[in-house]
Amino acid sequence: MAAFLFVPLVAALVGAAIGSFNRPAAFRRFTGIGTSIAILVSGIALSAAALASHVESSVTGLLRADALSSYMLCVIGAVALTATWGGIRGSGKADGGRVYNALICAFLGAMSLAVLADNLGIMWVAIELTTIATAFLVGHARTGRALEAAWKYVILGSVGVAIAFLGIVLLYAATRESGSPTLSWLELDQGNLALNPALVKAAAALAVLGFATKAGLAPMHSWLPDAHSQAPAPVSGLMSGVLLAVAFYAVLRIQSIADAVLGPDLMRGMLAVGGLLSLAVAAALLIGQRDYKRMLAYSSVEHMGLMALGAAAGGVIGLTAVLLHILGHGLTKSSLFVVSGRIQGAEGTTTISDVRGLLTRRPGLGVPFLIAMVALLGFPPFSLFFSEVGILIAAWTRGMGWVTGIALVLLLVVFAALARLTARLAFGAPEEAESSEPLVDTSSHGPRTPLIIALSVTAVIAFVAVPLGSLLSSAVAVLSGGS
Amino acid sequence: MSESLYAQLISLTAGTLLLTAALIVWRRSLRASVRLLAIQGIALAGLVAVLGWHERTIELVLVSLLVLGLKAIVLPLVLSRNVLTHDDDREVPRLNPTASLIFAALLTMLAYIVCRPWMGDTDDPTSRAVPIGIALVLIGFLLLITRRRAASQLIGFLVLDNGIATVAFLTATGVPLIVELGASLDVLLVVLILQVLTGRMQVKFGGTDLDDLTELKD
Repeated sequence: MAAFLFVPLVAALVGAAIGSFNRPAAFRRFTGIGTSIAILVSGIALSAAALASHVESSVTGLLRADALSSYMLCVIGAVALTATWGGIRGSGKADGGRVYNALICAFLGAMSLAVLADNLGIMWVAIELTTIATAFLVGHARTGRALEAAWKYVILGSVGVAIAFLGIVLLYAATRESGSPTLSWLELDQGNLALNPALVKAAAALAVLGFATKAGLAPMHSWLPDAHSQAPAPVSGLMSGVLLAVAFYAVLRIQSIADAVLGPDLMRGMLAVGGLLSLAVAAALLIGQRDYKRMLAYSSVEHMGLMALGAAAGGVIGLTAVLLHILGHGLTKSSLFVVSGRIQGAEGTTTISDVRGLLTRRPGLGVPFLIAMVALLGFPPFSLFFSEVGILIAAWTRGMGWVTGIALVLLLVVFAALARLTARLAFGAPEEAESSEPLVDTSSHGPRTPLIIALSVTAVIAFVAVPLGSLLSSAVAVLSGGS
Repeated sequence: MSESLYAQLISLTAGTLLLTAALIVWRRSLRASVRLLAIQGIALAGLVAVLGWHERTIELVLVSLLVLGLKAIVLPLVLSRNVLTHDDDREVPRLNPTASLIFAALLTMLAYIVCRPWMGDTDDPTSRAVPIGIALVLIGFLLLITRRRAASQLIGFLVLDNGIATVAFLTATGVPLIVELGASLDVLLVVLILQVLTGRMQVKFGGTDLDDLTELKD
């Protein structure tokens, strides 16, 4: 079973190699999907092992798949499958080219390595590798805007992650001081190393600050809307759906170490401030938003803010809700980005007021967009409803009353703004010139199946107690030091 | 090696690190900045070598060679290739040199203040040099914020990275070798990517002034 630890990495390497060969082009097109399937299958296999209380780890101990890692691997696989399968273009059209396919596989491999690494240093290297793999994907369009987005993304992403490295270095210094130098998360989390609290405090604060930059939490979010709006749609889906979540996973791991040494106050304060600021930024910039890809990007800032609040609250309910939210948000957001890419391809614009009346003019795109937006807005039965309620209840019951109150108000503003923009996009009256020609386009501009699967899964996962519920509770137990 | 020689060598290399950072803040010529960055790389490699000699570990001596190759030779070469291809090598920073140097001095003081609680009152030469690493990180930030040219931002990023490496070597005699290798590879790749993007910028906007990047906003 331990072989499954290496399957995602090997699959990504093979995919990248095939992707970078010139021929056969038909093969190249499917490398992303193949890698995603390999990751998903390994995730499921490792989850099954973790549920049987058998934690797989590699011989050298650098890779390790506890329930949390396995769960994250499943999320990466599922979201990547949605984004790559949904992003596949018709056979007649050119695909993104060799570099594009190879980089997608490298990106998926780097994210898998980040969640499978037990060593915090390796996790850091993998997260930095995701920046490297996505840099040219963001700048893929080669326009001035794409270039600008890529530059800001690489500079902010690598500086932020460098700060996290400073934190990890200080943590290593603290373990050296205590006599047993280690960067293994398992050993750090057991809390029986006598670490210098002052050093751990600085280390944890820097590490969380750095990884929060990569997770798109305000006030370090400014790269996010640019990168997500300029990248090709499947890449935006991957970045928003899982890259942010993987960076947030790093925050959760660091939080668990810091809480064991320092008690929960420091991390709770930082995450609550970051969460509220993210909600506020999203609310402020969604109200007057004119571009639907940027709208989706700011909605990601909002959801990361919610997850930060959930992590700040902590506890079984809070953490379970956060983990469920990661999956629900990933599937919904990647579907939405895939559809938005198709809308952009069909309409040639990302301005909301130029698209209007999508439901009547292009039902093949309007219907999935509307359903996914309903899921994103948090209506039941979609899982985002349950995870949002869980996060708010956790925050309320664990003594964060004020924070919960402010968050609720901001969430209402975000909800109203998103609902208004969606209504305009889907129902708004088409412009005069356009209504004269009764064009109804029912084509879905790409495969429908991945969207149907992703959204149906989002609709039912909240009700699946076995095996998802038990996997989530063992993942939460890992973070609460009960592994 | 006697303790006093060890302490002096640590102070010498750490002092060179800080001096080169201050000079990078002062100079406007990109070529000069790249040369200073190479000297900074040599100083960092020297610091690692001194530590390795003192601790009698072969691994650290090897790491010092890696640092020398990467930070003193490869990265400055990559940077200078780009700088030399353009005639215009002047940086017009947002702050004049005097103000920048005052800021750099203030940041260095800040670094000493924030390090106090962690380090305590110690006579250990390595612990006493830690604030210099933090100062390098802060000066790197200063460069990133106040410089306009793409190449200068890259230099700022590398100064910041040198600062983190300094802290790593002084507090923990470096991270485990596999992490060190991965981190070095990452830095190299980031610099190469930013170089390619700078080249594209040159083609697209006819210059590498980052003030041209203002199209994306809400």
